[in-house]
Amino acid sequence: MNFAFSDDQNMLRDQAAKFLAARCPTSAVRKILEGEATWDKALWDGIVELGWTGVAIPEAYGGLGLGHLELCVLAEELGRVLAPVPFSSSVYLATEALLLAGSEAQKQAWLPKLAAGEVIGTLAVAEGAHQPTARSLSAKVENGRLDGVKLPVPDGLIADFAVVVARTSADGGARSASLFIVDLNGPGVTREAVKTIDPTRNHATITFKGAPAEALGATGEGWALSEAILDRAAVLLSFEQVGGAQTALNMARDYAMGRYAFGRPIASFQAIKHKLADMFVALELGRSNAYYGAWALASGSSELPVAAAGARIAATEAFYLAAKENIQTHGGNGYTWAYDCHLFYRRAKLLALTIGSAPHWKELLISRLEARNAA
Amino acid sequence: MDFEDTPEEAAFRAEARAWLSANAPTPEEARKMGRETTNEAESLKRAKAWQAKKADNNWACLHWPKEFGGRGATPIQRVIWEQEESRFAVPRGFFEIGLGMCGPTMMNWSTEAQKQRYLPKMLRGEEIWCQLFSEPSAGSDVAGLRTRCERDGDDWIINGQKVWTSGAHYSDFGIIVTRSDPSVPKHKGLTFFFIDMKSPGVEVRPIKQISGTSNFNEVYFTDVRVPDSQRLGKIGQGWEVSVSVLMNERLAVGDAPGPGFDEAFDLAREVELESGPAIRDSNVRQQLADWYVQSRGLKYTKFRTITALSRGGVPGPESSITKLVSATNLQNIASFGMDMQDMGGSILDAEVAPANAIFQQALLYSPGLRIAGGTDEILRNIIAERVLGLPGDIRVDKDVPYNKLPTGKA
Repeated sequence: MNFAFSDDQNMLRDQAAKFLAARCPTSAVRKILEGEATWDKALWDGIVELGWTGVAIPEAYGGLGLGHLELCVLAEELGRVLAPVPFSSSVYLATEALLLAGSEAQKQAWLPKLAAGEVIGTLAVAEGAHQPTARSLSAKVENGRLDGVKLPVPDGLIADFAVVVARTSADGGARSASLFIVDLNGPGVTREAVKTIDPTRNHATITFKGAPAEALGATGEGWALSEAILDRAAVLLSFEQVGGAQTALNMARDYAMGRYAFGRPIASFQAIKHKLADMFVALELGRSNAYYGAWALASGSSELPVAAAGARIAATEAFYLAAKENIQTHGGNGYTWAYDCHLFYRRAKLLALTIGSAPHWKELLISRLEARNAA
Repeated sequence: MDFEDTPEEAAFRAEARAWLSANAPTPEEARKMGRETTNEAESLKRAKAWQAKKADNNWACLHWPKEFGGRGATPIQRVIWEQEESRFAVPRGFFEIGLGMCGPTMMNWSTEAQKQRYLPKMLRGEEIWCQLFSEPSAGSDVAGLRTRCERDGDDWIINGQKVWTSGAHYSDFGIIVTRSDPSVPKHKGLTFFFIDMKSPGVEVRPIKQISGTSNFNEVYFTDVRVPDSQRLGKIGQGWEVSVSVLMNERLAVGDAPGPGFDEAFDLAREVELESGPAIRDSNVRQQLADWYVQSRGLKYTKFRTITALSRGGVPGPESSITKLVSATNLQNIASFGMDMQDMGGSILDAEVAPANAIFQQALLYSPGLRIAGGTDEILRNIIAERVLGLPGDIRVDKDVPYNKLPTGKA
């Protein structure tokens, strides 16, 4: 039984933690929250310089050729500090999309640039305040031109290209959509900032009017491919969520130890202790499910769809619980702008939605278990 | 990451598996060895024979030192053995408390002659041991116990009552903590013994539980005479000895027994609601997903623990999570399964109720699992204090003489 990260992977974790402690304290995240910039360019440049953007990209395409376990380690550390960078969009979504569905030419064209941080990519699926489905999808591609509106697109203002899910047939069935690569700096694209609950991450509304679109993967495979991409992203994001939950729990613990009421630290009250114990339990269940997802992702197991859904659900619950109860533990201070609790609360709910809500993933999980049982 | 054994672990597993394959009882024989069977005397006899056979081949108690018949096995070897043995579903219930708690206590606190006299027979299952800590008015707060011991020459006289004693009615010996001095604060006035359960004045009465079954006993002590030579630790050192017993926490390997995600999933596919099979109902699906994720979370947490053991670590208080989550879920799954059966959900008759009435049975016995071996509340305290490092409760009784403490009605 070897259900843990290796010494080398833990060494990478230590290096990442050191780098992020120096370069991404909460004051840096707060700067994005309160300032004009919508992302931390200097931090991103440092991350690129360390090669993190190419960790899971094979050496043949200019990456480090390590693997997804290493990427999970980095994701956890980035999640711990709420790094305001387009790492998830460019690495978990766009890079994974190309690795999964790209032709040899597309891989050669994009992966070395993604690895080197010369371009930033993203995935554009959502079209407003509802679940994107085969029936509701309105973005469409005809004769290689994309029309439609995508929002919110994560890192939509800063990405150089997007992988877009768009309708390619009118029937609204499972095979009615396809994936396309669209140059966001090219013609027919306008982007506008969209306000979300978490201003420390960049989001945009992108309007496409006859934008040139290059097919990624086979026609009609749009939903199947985006589901496979989102499974991989779910595992990676679950590590960000676990990292964020751990920090929120640590904050709650430290505050409860130092805050005195009724002549004693509030950490000595069972109402607080039991709350923190529940946060810890949720975190451990989240972490263990995330580990299983990591194993399934890294080993290319057919378990991935079920494992990814499990990781997604458990980590989402862990981070949201930790973030909201961290505010509660801080009392009135937790509700102020000045304390950092809300940064975690915002990010927890953002991550809970960004690749689909928990109810959506629970439905997916049960469908997948039914399918596995039927097989 | 992988789920493979190291070469040493694989070799050990092969050895264990080979011996078990050649020697383990058949499933039918194994069923007749459990504590839950109707003919307890017969199943005890069979269980003792199996234990003796294990002892003859050094498989009786792996983590005990070799000098007492164990193997001095590492925690990971113990886990491997339990995994292999569990494939044969051989019950261990009769001997668990003795081997897990009483044996190590005797190793730490008894004389050399006593170790030689008692440990080998305990190991072989020839003599069965029980643990007498809880009392009617001392549950989570064990140190608040009332059972008295008074010195009488070379003996002590014990009077009082213990409760929740598994196996007291078939045990030969027991370890017991008693109050020797009520005039000092509660932790300081305790003294620890091992006793012969067949001593005059020991009376064992079964407790009927909510579920109607009796797995535990009350044990009454009326002028029970115990030689001072059977005292473990010094007079007044009983709390220290008790804590050392409780440190031998069992490695949490099993979840709460009963219906889990798989059974609830099967039931949901079987039961019809107005709109079709229950599994088509989105509330049912959402709820099932939660239980799947939690039960798998526990399973993978166990994988992480085993990995840590494999790398030479020791099991920590984190394993409290398993009982906390699985007992709570069991009670919830039981109730949910009955809700799916709607108006007929109350039927306990196994001939009529789906899945042999496991949901109904679990509803009745699951409350006990949230209490036994550390209540949900105590487990949360353990996690908060020992894992997260939060301060212990402020003890209003710490410096007060025991006989000045308020006692309430019970």
